[in-house]
Amino acid sequence: MYEFFTNTYFGIFLFILGQCLAVTVCVLISLAFLMYADRKIWAAVQMRKGPNVVGAFGLLQSFADFLKYIVKEVVIPAGADKPVFLLAPLLAFILPVISWAVIPFNDGWVISNLNVAILYVFAIGSLEVYGVIMGGWASNSKYPFLGSLRSAAQMISYEVSIGFIIVGIILSTGSMNFGDIVRAQDGNFGLFNWYWLPHFPMVFLFFISALAETNRPPFDLPEAEAELVAGYQVEYSSTPFLLFMIGELMAVWLMCALMTLLFFGGWLSPIPGISDGILWFLVKMFMVFFMFAMVKAIVPRYRYDQLMRIGWKIFLPLSLAWVVIVGLFAQYGLFAGAYARWTVGG
Amino acid sequence: MSKIDYGRAAKYFLLLDFLKGFKLGFKYFFAPKSTLNYPHEKGYLSSRFRGEHALRRYPNGEERCIACKLCEAVCPAQAITIDAEPREDGSRRTTRYDIDMTKCIYCGFCQEACPVDAIVEGPNFEFSTETREELFYDKTKLLENGDRWEAEIARNLELDAPYR
Repeated sequence: MYEFFTNTYFGIFLFILGQCLAVTVCVLISLAFLMYADRKIWAAVQMRKGPNVVGAFGLLQSFADFLKYIVKEVVIPAGADKPVFLLAPLLAFILPVISWAVIPFNDGWVISNLNVAILYVFAIGSLEVYGVIMGGWASNSKYPFLGSLRSAAQMISYEVSIGFIIVGIILSTGSMNFGDIVRAQDGNFGLFNWYWLPHFPMVFLFFISALAETNRPPFDLPEAEAELVAGYQVEYSSTPFLLFMIGELMAVWLMCALMTLLFFGGWLSPIPGISDGILWFLVKMFMVFFMFAMVKAIVPRYRYDQLMRIGWKIFLPLSLAWVVIVGLFAQYGLFAGAYARWTVGG
Repeated sequence: MSKIDYGRAAKYFLLLDFLKGFKLGFKYFFAPKSTLNYPHEKGYLSSRFRGEHALRRYPNGEERCIACKLCEAVCPAQAITIDAEPREDGSRRTTRYDIDMTKCIYCGFCQEACPVDAIVEGPNFEFSTETREELFYDKTKLLENGDRWEAEIARNLELDAPYR
């Protein structure tokens, strides 16, 4: 039996299919509870209770919402470009899903151990904007169109700084594989070996860029309800809308995973002596998600010109300068090789 | 060239406002919640609360309304319609007392105008219906309301009496 899954082509195909299914199902189920956590955190800061009716403590709220979205009628506007209109939510959903193929949940627990994994995620992340643009364009309506235009500009602006931050990490590691990046953060000092310390300012830059990249508040301008009703989602209903929502949340969850892998040592335990494992990875991801949710609760939405100013005038120069600084530090092995991890092992 | 405010720039780059906001948000994260679990818990209602209308009766079962039509006259939304003629025993009573609850603005003028405390606005605010027609209240419905809410209505009137 074991031979079948490792030696025959069909067996390998089935094995990989099984892995993909397992990861997708786990991520989707975790999303249901993340949505719930998001709403609960948001509610708690506003001194509300949040969803607490469906299931114990409202834990099944997301599943009730899911059912509701599924059974509702799909409304397609008369002037809409039907194929593109329906393709857009699919794209918005599928792209974040396929990014999970290269995310290692534990040492070696990865579907595809790509050596350019980080580039892959970055490339898929760049494509995500297409879902929004296509949705806005195909709706053939004013608000969705304006929303998608904003979204395009916003996502492209912040991808640039995310790209430079990632370059810094790659310089320090000497590899684009997530496994290597995490192993390079292993050391005798637990959490002080992780990249958040040498790349300290970039943690915040990455976090804020991730907020903008995933259209999360305070940068949810593509769907700013005060200005654009719901932006590119205006004409969507039922399952297509659900796909947009899931896609968005999955992109957020992916950004949590990225932050964990790049800056917070992935599956490594923060205290030396305690065993590493997937549990640490999940805990760290949730802590980053908690920050995402808190930011949503406490920060008011940015104005569009402020968003662009921060992106191009502050984040871009800062992250670019950081690449140069990291390059120098790495080249001359300063700070005991903290910026050139390939020289100290890993 | 304008001078650069370095203090402000430092504050901006250190995300001080954000940290302050986060601290405040975190404080309220653990604060007691002010949500009421509505159908199970209900908020305080003033004795002067103006809810669903009711027509009251005297303790002997006789309806209070004497068809003076003051409420109909005072009603700013013209939601009340009254017809009246003498009964067999010679007393003047209504034959029709309709309130269109979709017109009513719950101003309480009818209650103020009534010389015999017959029409009152009770403490009930949960009388939503599935059809519009169900909100066209007639005399039977209003008298039923009066019988159902008499205890609360009487208590509220008593509590409010010192201020009148």
